[in-house]
Amino acid sequence: MEELDVEPPLTVVPGADPSARQLCFAWGPAEVLVCETLFDRAGTADGGPSASCVFVFRKDQDIYIHTLRKLFNESHGIFIGLQRSEEELAGKSRKAHLVQVSKNYRSVIRACMEDMHQAAISARDPALQNQYSTQVSILSAVELIWNLCEILFVEAAAAGPLLLRLLDWVRLHVCDVDNTVREVLSSEDPSKHELFWNVVDVFVLQGRMDEARHLLSKEASANPTSMNMYRILDDLMKKMPVPSLNNTQTLTEMELKWQHWHEECQRYLQDGTFASNSHMESICKILLGDEDAILEKKELMTTWYHFLVTRLLYSHPTVKPMELRFYAQSSMDLFLGGECSPEPLDTILMAAFEFEIHQVIKECSIALSNWWFVAHLTDLLDHCKLLQSHNLYFGSNMREFLLLEYASGLFSHHSLWQLGVDYFDYCPEFGRVYLELHIERIPLNTEQKALKVLRICEQRQMHEQVRSICKIMAMKALRNNRLGSALSWSIRAKDAAFATLISDRFLKDYCERGSFSDLDLIDNLGPSMLLSDRLTFLGKYREFHRLYGEKRFSEAARLLLMLMTAHIAPCSFWMTLLTDALPLLEQKEVIFSAEQTYELMRCLEDLTAGKSEKEKFQDDNVETMKVEMLRLALARNLARVIVKEGTLGAS
Amino acid sequence: MEDVCAKFVSQKISKARWRPLPAAALQPPDVFATGSWDNEDNRISFWSVGDLVNAGLNGEYHGEPQLLCDIWHNGDVMDMQFLDQERIVVASSTGTVTVFRHHQNNQTLSASQRWEKAHYHVDQDTSCGGAACTGVICNKPEIVTVGEDGRINLFRADQKDAVRTIDNADSSTLHAVTFLRTTEILTVNSIGQLKIWDLRQQRNEPSQIFSLAGDRVPLHCVDRHPNQQHIVATGGQDGMLSIWDIRHGTMPVSLLNAHEAEMWEVRFHPSNPDHLFTCSEDGSLWHWDTSTDISEKPSFLHQGGRSTAYFSHNTINQSVVSAWLSNDPTKDRMEITNLVPNQTLSVNSLDILGPCLVYGTDAEAIYVNRQLFA
Repeated sequence: MEELDVEPPLTVVPGADPSARQLCFAWGPAEVLVCETLFDRAGTADGGPSASCVFVFRKDQDIYIHTLRKLFNESHGIFIGLQRSEEELAGKSRKAHLVQVSKNYRSVIRACMEDMHQAAISARDPALQNQYSTQVSILSAVELIWNLCEILFVEAAAAGPLLLRLLDWVRLHVCDVDNTVREVLSSEDPSKHELFWNVVDVFVLQGRMDEARHLLSKEASANPTSMNMYRILDDLMKKMPVPSLNNTQTLTEMELKWQHWHEECQRYLQDGTFASNSHMESICKILLGDEDAILEKKELMTTWYHFLVTRLLYSHPTVKPMELRFYAQSSMDLFLGGECSPEPLDTILMAAFEFEIHQVIKECSIALSNWWFVAHLTDLLDHCKLLQSHNLYFGSNMREFLLLEYASGLFSHHSLWQLGVDYFDYCPEFGRVYLELHIERIPLNTEQKALKVLRICEQRQMHEQVRSICKIMAMKALRNNRLGSALSWSIRAKDAAFATLISDRFLKDYCERGSFSDLDLIDNLGPSMLLSDRLTFLGKYREFHRLYGEKRFSEAARLLLMLMTAHIAPCSFWMTLLTDALPLLEQKEVIFSAEQTYELMRCLEDLTAGKSEKEKFQDDNVETMKVEMLRLALARNLARVIVKEGTLGAS
Repeated sequence: MEDVCAKFVSQKISKARWRPLPAAALQPPDVFATGSWDNEDNRISFWSVGDLVNAGLNGEYHGEPQLLCDIWHNGDVMDMQFLDQERIVVASSTGTVTVFRHHQNNQTLSASQRWEKAHYHVDQDTSCGGAACTGVICNKPEIVTVGEDGRINLFRADQKDAVRTIDNADSSTLHAVTFLRTTEILTVNSIGQLKIWDLRQQRNEPSQIFSLAGDRVPLHCVDRHPNQQHIVATGGQDGMLSIWDIRHGTMPVSLLNAHEAEMWEVRFHPSNPDHLFTCSEDGSLWHWDTSTDISEKPSFLHQGGRSTAYFSHNTINQSVVSAWLSNDPTKDRMEITNLVPNQTLSVNSLDILGPCLVYGTDAEAIYVNRQLFA
């Protein structure tokens, strides 16, 4: 066993008192059942009121949040799309596609976040409101992490574009300031607003030069005296070289330009151009990448990763992916300054900057209360071929392990289980086994649901499960006295034994009532009649009745005899069959030929000879009389047929 | 497709129905109802798509459906039909049939009539033992329901007790029902039979039985041609579409290979019956168009992203000119379009009215297409 990374969290069972009674538990697929036992610690079985509550513990409780179902369903579609596209894509388009997939996942998270936000606003109950707000902040953290992983791992941006991506990332997620910006801009005279310089600083810190210049130009027009100073700063900001997204300039070119611009800034700062205005001087220091100057604006940046990106922008714009870790670590140390210890989110982001993918996934698994995020992110990274070397000491690889956990959680949900099926499908090693175990545990309350589950099993050639589902449904129908339905289900499962059982019930009903129920089914058995001997007999016996009803006596007679001589009919039913022959024997015209009559007599004798003397004695009078009557009828028929056949032969 | 809007609703949708329009209405339908299944609490929901504020000047429409009101429903919603513009009849997996009234002035729903355990196994009075009611059809004021118990019930909207009950009408499960004429109904069952029942007759026997030859594939849905009442379409467990002419023979006139899994619903377009729509467990929704005449239209019309296929008919000679029954394979082709390209989970229900299509899926989404023939 590996060491535990964190202490497992303690869950208090509400209403249970472990000091008085011990708790016992049983594992379920994704839940634990807990109940109080009668077992007494002291060993004195004093009775007392017995435990009356069973508690259900769910591992994956996020599954049950209503609004998140949208996330699960929509991302399911994206997941399936990604797995299916796997074969088609290669080379460059593949990367673009993966980035697109990653963006789709993020937009689903964002949509869900918005919904959750709306719900939080409209919720009246403060507890509920609180719960929604918590979810919003979790989702936004998740999106933040995902976006960073997208830049670093999926897109794997190279030096140059990397910084631009990181800037976008910061702009997208540090949005507390956007409200201030809006407030200032919408005021009558923005340049007089007390937060005016804050907004300019924010724009500069986020590298939004055009917006900052726009604001500054307003301020400049209000201060004609310092116009020159504004012009110089504006010029500096305009000239600041930025890495290009496409390869129009090489890195060296960029670095050269940047060096040149940097020196120019330095000059202006040293000759005291901005000395008269502290705001502008600090902006110029920021442009120079002065760490202290940037750190002064700590309040505006709010997070260490904002500080990191700003610092990179103004001191190392061509940072290479592998160098990130040094700057990230020192930025975090500088920013937090030993005041507070890093939170889980900080550790996760730090791990990402260090390119420790496994650490990212591990920290996320610990910090987040659901498997959705890690399962999907790991799957995506696996498609980027970033996880191949890693194998777990249990189960299969990490991707599969996480997908299995996530899908198992879905299966424990009363409604989301259908999504889980597809996730299991894409787990090559254990997916099938998991699916087999889970699918049998789905409660089948209607036939339609059973049909849906059956379809899932049939598509995957899970014969064992198909049989078991059909059997359950057949049993249910049988209990409800729906013999027709029960037979249909056992025919679908090709379950011969059960078909025999139901056929027997049909025959028994017939013996008791003298008529068949469910004729529409029995008359339409078709080839499925051959499933079991008893079913064949049932079908043929019904055919006999039909022929008899249609007065096709000789055909009926032939069929009846065949049922006995070919041993299709069970022995217990022979007496009934022979009794059925009585009216045929008593018809005006002769139906059974001599040979057939002999056969009938042999059947009758076989039947009576099989019984011991004692049994015969025990048989009631009715039975004996039946046999006597049959013998008589057979003898008379034989007499008539001999005469008839003899006459025919003579003529 | 760009003109389809989707909304994720956090519940699996089993049925979707447009609210019928008043007789003289010219505008497209704007309200539909959905029912959910397999949830801990299932709901009947009413949605509006006719928000005129969001509609552009040229009639384009972009907003997603807005929830008007919803109400809790006991058990899975198995089927739903509008009785009139205000009332909807809902069949439950508990065997209960409920009429809900939609109060349009304050946007609320309430149950106005309920037949507890209209469908049941063994004994109606025991606490359990309700059998799922699988199908319902309305012809105001009459309501006919069928269920897993093989029973057929005839209700009238304003009467507390069933007008007529046929116990053991079918030995297997009845899956769907539709009106053939005002006094005759059609049912399909799980052993591939189509039966006609004449409700005027007191005999508890069908007046006619049709069946699929051979494999007894269960039939799941049925619809009747709106103008030519002898033409009936059914969909089966194997995804096959069968067209029946109930004036002739006992077998389907044509069998068309369609979906890869259960066909859950089949619908003729109510005012444009050359068009037929089917949806299936395999996650597809097909538009069958027989109005295209291949000899007149050049084939370039069918290019583009949609997956289009041609099926030639396999029919016996008919005198009546109906695209569904005619048999000239050289002239008569039908164009089939899959309207759901990347779907994975089942499309459980669809409804069409005028130019509008609505469908609901197990992926907990509802889709509305307001420009079907654009």
